[in-house]
Amino acid sequence: MNETKEVKIVENATCTFCGCVCDDMVLKVEGNRIVEAKNACVLGKAWFLNHHIEDRPVALIDGKPASLDAAVERAARILTEARYPVVYGLSDTTCEAQRIAVAIADRIGACVDTTTSVCHGPSGMAFQGVGEVTCSLGEVKNRADLVIFWGSNPAESHPRHMTRYSTMPKGLFVPRGRKDRTVVLVDVRRTKSAPAADIFLQIKPRKDFEALWALRALVKGVRLDDGIEAETGIPLAQLQDLAQRMKSCKFGVLFFGMGLSMTRGKHLNVEAALALARDLNEHTKFYIKPMRGHGNVTGADNVVSWQTGYPFGVSLARGFPRFNPGEFTTADTLARGEADAALIVASDPMANFSQPAREHLARIPYVVLDPKETPTVGHAAVAFTTATYGINTGGTVYRMDDVPLPLRPAFPSPYPSDEEVLRRIEEAIRRFQNN
Amino acid sequence: MPESFILIPGRTSRQGTTLNEGKLKGEYLRETNTVLMNPDDCRRLGLKGGERVRLRSAYGEAEALVEPAKPGELPSGVLFIAYGDTSSRLMGADTHGTGMPDSKGLDVTLEIPPSVLQ
Repeated sequence: MNETKEVKIVENATCTFCGCVCDDMVLKVEGNRIVEAKNACVLGKAWFLNHHIEDRPVALIDGKPASLDAAVERAARILTEARYPVVYGLSDTTCEAQRIAVAIADRIGACVDTTTSVCHGPSGMAFQGVGEVTCSLGEVKNRADLVIFWGSNPAESHPRHMTRYSTMPKGLFVPRGRKDRTVVLVDVRRTKSAPAADIFLQIKPRKDFEALWALRALVKGVRLDDGIEAETGIPLAQLQDLAQRMKSCKFGVLFFGMGLSMTRGKHLNVEAALALARDLNEHTKFYIKPMRGHGNVTGADNVVSWQTGYPFGVSLARGFPRFNPGEFTTADTLARGEADAALIVASDPMANFSQPAREHLARIPYVVLDPKETPTVGHAAVAFTTATYGINTGGTVYRMDDVPLPLRPAFPSPYPSDEEVLRRIEEAIRRFQNN
Repeated sequence: MPESFILIPGRTSRQGTTLNEGKLKGEYLRETNTVLMNPDDCRRLGLKGGERVRLRSAYGEAEALVEPAKPGELPSGVLFIAYGDTSSRLMGADTHGTGMPDSKGLDVTLEIPPSVLQ
């Protein structure tokens, strides 16, 4: 028998694969599949077109299929009885779910931490130290005539960043689009982003701080000698040229990636970049933004900040928030063997963390919520299969420039949302604590 | 004799697209287990591409396939790999008070099993 699938078009859907969260998708949906994703980049197409309802149990307890009710009870029990629980992940779910996860952390006295700590966490520390001269991507689109990418490869990590926001679009004060802009790329590798740049500076590995500090010196009029090339790999003349372009542009912006935050020096590398942007405002308008990876990692920073006062690495164990990266961040609490239980939402530390952290995580009971099967799901005491945010559930996400956007789901899922599962776990925890 | 390199883990389009097919599937596993090397370094070490090599850091070790990078993409002495299980195995646990382990610019040695060179 031929079954006719319902076909519908979802206009202005939001792609939550990367931090660009492009909200101009046009999705063609046939039944439980997205068959076309107009306006999507290569990553967005893979995100939408590979999505299907997997035939998996709604929950697993110790690897065996379980009912949602039983799994909620077991998850709440693990988290209530823990002495040093951690709540981690959160960057691939809605702000509404993030909020409940923070409430759970508060209720059980957990450390709450997001994947920010292992992507732009050092940038968060640097923002606190130096400040961030910030702007929206809309301002970049309409005004920027000098766009610098440093330690970032947008052609592969954020494919529509250049075409939608930063280098190609025609804007109010850059009416000819790309022709009105100078684009600079600074990286260790000549990446796929290099052909899109007017100037490519190939820096030596682990020399970002030195190059940024040299640029600060040049912007301030300090003379440097040719030895800077041996140190950074970039000839003095090229650094002088870049410093001059930065000072003389009308609206400059530096987008930095994890080439700064993940490399030795980390927050100091980012502090150098932030300080350079700040210094340039003595000469012109100059801004700086991190290139955020996951679809709602910026939302995670915002939600954890508005609920605890800090963006990540927060301990609620004493009944009030304490912020200390290195102490309360999950990569550390696991690697040092301190955490004795975990609630992991939409992330995969079993694949991404260091070996000591992974080994400890495998030893403790933990609860995971994920739409897909991952190495972290495979080792969980309790695993929930949840609906995919943005495709199956609505809610709010933040674009990488801190602009909140609504989600327009394509079709419903038989699985519960992260928000629903977390709400039920929170209710069960409250019940256990009251008894 | 092990050769010293600096390893840069990072994102690739292919890692991003295959991630959506599944992290436990072959394409994703291959993408995150393939290390790119400067073509001159490949020639010097007698590697043509597709060989399995052993990477070691101060914190762990892993096997990976090696492929020559496009000319000009990588300087000599620098390797690139897409983020994943292999790069995580080479990462140290110490975050130096930041929450972030050193995840790029890792000092590694590369060893070619004798069977590969025969």
